[in-house]
Amino acid sequence: MPIISRGFKGRRGDDAPRDRVPPGQYVTDDFPVLSAGPTPHTPLDQWDFAIGGEVDEPLRWSWDEFRALPSESITVDISCVTKWTKLDTIWEGVPVDALLKGVETSAEYLTAFCDGGYTTNLPLADVTDGKAWVAFAYDGEPLEPEHGGPARLLVPHLYFWKSAKWVRGLRLTETDEPGFWESNGYHIYGDPWQEQRYWGD
Amino acid sequence: MWAETNRVKTLALDVQDWPGHRAGQHVDVRLTADDGYQAQRSYSIASPAGGPRVELTVERIDDGEVSPYLTEEAHAGDRFELRGPVGGYFVWDPDPGGPVLLVGGGSGVVPLMAMVRQRATNHDVVPTRLLYSARTLEDVIYRDELERYRKRGDGLEIVFTLTREQPPDWTGYSRRVDRQLLSKVAPDDPALTFVCGPTPFVEAVAEALVGLGHESSRIKTERFGPTGG
Repeated sequence: MPIISRGFKGRRGDDAPRDRVPPGQYVTDDFPVLSAGPTPHTPLDQWDFAIGGEVDEPLRWSWDEFRALPSESITVDISCVTKWTKLDTIWEGVPVDALLKGVETSAEYLTAFCDGGYTTNLPLADVTDGKAWVAFAYDGEPLEPEHGGPARLLVPHLYFWKSAKWVRGLRLTETDEPGFWESNGYHIYGDPWQEQRYWGD
Repeated sequence: MWAETNRVKTLALDVQDWPGHRAGQHVDVRLTADDGYQAQRSYSIASPAGGPRVELTVERIDDGEVSPYLTEEAHAGDRFELRGPVGGYFVWDPDPGGPVLLVGGGSGVVPLMAMVRQRATNHDVVPTRLLYSARTLEDVIYRDELERYRKRGDGLEIVFTLTREQPPDWTGYSRRVDRQLLSKVAPDDPALTFVCGPTPFVEAVAEALVGLGHESSRIKTERFGPTGG
């Protein structure tokens, strides 16, 4: 039984359909930026994307090679652990399924690694079967560095810290290895519908 | 609770079974209305570890949902739910191994003040510089306390910059925290830098520091802003 806060009314203004807003979240029209350090700026001619770790053969794409892969436009709702949810965000990206095509592995997890040193971990099952992309455009424009450009991981069904900004590759792992925020008190999995914000949730 | 400025209040909370915290961490506050409607927001803890109460300093955001309640409606005796402490990254390091730079914009000074207070409580003498950007002198939170710390001469230096309006006898800075200001105020090679404030402020400061040659991995940022909170 939660404690009732005397006199609190709340702002019920946002007409968002509540079934699209995970518990504890509010809807914003803004696109807030939160990150654990300065924004990296990697020139495209120095950028590459790699798949390695528990694979028979590591894979690597330059920016041009990456952009030559088939991509798709998706519209998704995103939720940040800091309580904001943004509905109907439009992205363009390469499905992670396409990047993992032909990859032989017994690994069940991965760590996404990024410019600036950020990492986050995910079960492989949460980035396959149409659940994740490496996104390079937001709202019809090339993804800005502040929001993770040139490319970020996009995994809309989990809290947005899993959608690693400035992603440079995926390292497939046998075990679930806590990444940056996961090592700093945040939940290892991060399902917004179960409010898995912090360790112990 | 007490007012820090005309928009900012500090609430001192008695928290049952509070496990303790580290300066720089925050809490999630959850409010529940009579009909069960709930809203949650995060607030940085202003008090250092070990104090009798958990202090939160909250800025009233005009169209916010939680901050107007906390700063205007809530009074002594009221209860609400708290989750925390949260965060293991943006926290005071008692042994940084070199000078520390703290850069705060507006209410971004709150977690940095927890660090300054922690440093004082620990009788720490690590050279620390706080660069605090506010719009006017009236907007400076913790002004008297910061003046007292400044006079202690224990290695803490405080530099203010008032960006919108300065008092007539002001001899301090009035420019935004940009590369030029940082080149004058920042230590050459801090062991650790903490930057906190609204996103555009943090973005500009972090970028300027990196541009001045500061090591990126030693700059910790916390961005918050009035996005509906």
